[in-house]
Amino acid sequence: MTALSERELTPDAAAPAKPSLERGSYSDQIFKGLLTLAALAIPLLLCFLVYELWSGARLAIGKFGFDFVTTSTWDPVTEEFGAFPLIFGTLISSLVALVIAVPLSLGVAIYLTEFAPKAIRQPVAFLLSLLAAIPSVVYGLWGIFVLIPILRKSVFPLLRDVFGFLPLFQGAIYGPSMLAAGIILSIMVMPYVMSVSREVLMAVPNTQREASLALGATRWEAVITTVVPYARSGIIGAVILGLGRALGETMAVTMLIGNRHEIAASLFAPGYTMAAAIANEFSEAVGDMHLSALAYVAFVLFVVTVVVNAGARLLIWRVARGSGIGSKAL
Amino acid sequence: MTTTATPRAQQGFVPTPRATLTPRAPVPAPTQRGAPAIDVRDFGFAYGKREVLKNLSFSIERKAVTAIIGPSGCGKSTFLRSINRLNDLIPGVKHRGDILVEGTSVFAPSTDLVALRQRVGMVFQRPNPFPKKIFDNVAYGPTLNRLVTRRDLPDLVERCLRQAALWDEVKDRLEESGTGLSGGQQQRLCIARALGNQPEVLLMDEPCSALDPIATQRVEELMFELKKDYTIVIVTHNMQQAARVSDYTGFFDRGELIEFDETERIFTKPKHERTEAYITGRFG
Repeated sequence: MTALSERELTPDAAAPAKPSLERGSYSDQIFKGLLTLAALAIPLLLCFLVYELWSGARLAIGKFGFDFVTTSTWDPVTEEFGAFPLIFGTLISSLVALVIAVPLSLGVAIYLTEFAPKAIRQPVAFLLSLLAAIPSVVYGLWGIFVLIPILRKSVFPLLRDVFGFLPLFQGAIYGPSMLAAGIILSIMVMPYVMSVSREVLMAVPNTQREASLALGATRWEAVITTVVPYARSGIIGAVILGLGRALGETMAVTMLIGNRHEIAASLFAPGYTMAAAIANEFSEAVGDMHLSALAYVAFVLFVVTVVVNAGARLLIWRVARGSGIGSKAL
Repeated sequence: MTTTATPRAQQGFVPTPRATLTPRAPVPAPTQRGAPAIDVRDFGFAYGKREVLKNLSFSIERKAVTAIIGPSGCGKSTFLRSINRLNDLIPGVKHRGDILVEGTSVFAPSTDLVALRQRVGMVFQRPNPFPKKIFDNVAYGPTLNRLVTRRDLPDLVERCLRQAALWDEVKDRLEESGTGLSGGQQQRLCIARALGNQPEVLLMDEPCSALDPIATQRVEELMFELKKDYTIVIVTHNMQQAARVSDYTGFFDRGELIEFDETERIFTKPKHERTEAYITGRFG
C-alpha cells in the first residue's frame, strides 16, 4: 500500500505521456461474468437434480403418493413399495452414530484445545482427521471382519445382560444390526465433529478463559461454564455436519446393517437405510415401478437431508443470536 | 445448586467471614493500619529464560489506588497478573521471592488458586463480558464460589451493578446479553462482575485503553468511589490517568521498580532521573 502510493506520488521527470483515461480493458467485466456463471451453475445443478429425481420417481409417486413414506411393504414381485423402514433405519442409525460420536469427539476436542500438552495437540488432531480419509468400503470390511465378531461375542451379550430391561437391547443377536451400523457410522463421523468443534473451541478468545479463571473458576469450570457455551452454536454446527455425513453414508452401512426391510425396536435387529437400499437394489431392479420406487427413495432421502440441515441452521441461528462465535463454522 | 452458602476450598487463605450483604468492618485510620494489603517481597519473574521482573520489593496500601506506570514491555502487566497468578497459564514461567496478599503467600504450594482469585478480582484491558445475560455475568463468580444463596443473588447483583454505576442503565434489561452493551458499559459490567465475588483487591490492567474519553472518565470516577471499599492496583499507559486516579504510583522500567511513592510526589518531585524523564515524556 505504502509502496504503491509512494510510487504514484513521486514526480518523475522522465515520465512518459500520461495514460489515457479511456477504459482500455474489459477484463474485470469478463472475470465477473465468468464468476457469476460459476456461481449460478450450483443452484442450477441442484434444480436439475431435484427435477431428475422427481421425474424418475413420477411413476411411484403417482401410484403410492404420500403413503410411500408411511407403509412398510417392500415387494418387487407384486410391485408394492413402502419406504418407512428405510426412513426409520436411516434416522435411527444416524442417531445412534451421533449419540456415540458427539460426546467422544467433544471430549477429544476439549482435551486437545484446553488440556493436552502443546506438543501432542497437532499430531493427535492430524491422526484423528486421517480417519476421515479412509474409504468407506474399508470401514465396511473392517466392520465385517473385526467389529462384528467382537460385538457379537462380547459387547452385545454384555449390553443385553446389563440393559436387557430396555426394548432397545432385547432379542436375538445376529451381528449385522442397526447398532453395528451406528457404531461404524460413529467412527466415520467422529473426525468431522472433532475437527470442527476443535476449530470452534480454538476460536474462543483467550480473554474469555482468563475472565472465567480470574473469577475463581477451575480449568474445568472455565471450560464448562464459559468456553463451551461461547462456542455452542459452532459445536451444534459440527454435530449437524456429522449428522449430514451419517444420513448419506452408504457403503459401510450396507455392509453392516443387515439389509432387511423391517422395523424393530431392538438395536440388535438388522435394518435398512435409504442409501443402502438404493445402492443394493438399483443394479438389480428390472421393473419400471421398482426403479421408480428407488428414485422416490432417493427423493425422500434428499428431502430428509434438506429438512435436517434447514432445521439445524434455524437452531444455530436462534442459539447464535447475541452470542459468541456464530454459524461461521458451517 | 446448593442452597446453603458454603464458600468452597478454603485452605491456604483464611477467608474472612462474609455474611451476605453486611457491611465490612470499618476502615482503620492510616496510623492504625497493620500490614499492607499487598506485600511484594524480592519478587522476580521469568518467561523461560527471559527475565521480565527483577527484585521487586514494595508494599501496596489498603483501600487506596496504586498505579503502576512505565514504558511498554517493562513488566507492568506481568506484575499485575502475578498477583492473582493468572500467569500460571503460560508454560515455562518461573518466579522468585513472593507476594503476600493480606498476609498470605500467593505462591506458597498450599495456596488455593480458586480462593485467591475470588479475593483478588481482575478487570482486563479489553472489556470481556461473557455472552450471557447481564444478570448472569455478575452472578457468575458468586454462583461458582457459592458465596450467597440463590435467594440473595438478585440483591447481590443489584448491589454490584450499583457499585459499578451501571444499575440505572441496565436495570430494565438484566435478561439481555452483556455483549449488547456499549464498550464503556461492558467495562463497567466487567467491574461489577469482579465485584460479584466480593473481593478485597481489584486489579485493573489498563481498564480504559479501549474506551472513549467519556467512558474513561466514568470508570475513573468509579475507581474513586471503589477505593473506599477495595484495594485497587491499576496498570496504565496513561500518565494523566495515573496522576488523576491514584494515591500511590510505582514506576517500572525494564522489569525493575525504579521509584515508588505517593503519586503527588512522583509527579512533582521525582527522585529518580529516569522517572522524571518518563513522566515528562522524554522517553517511553
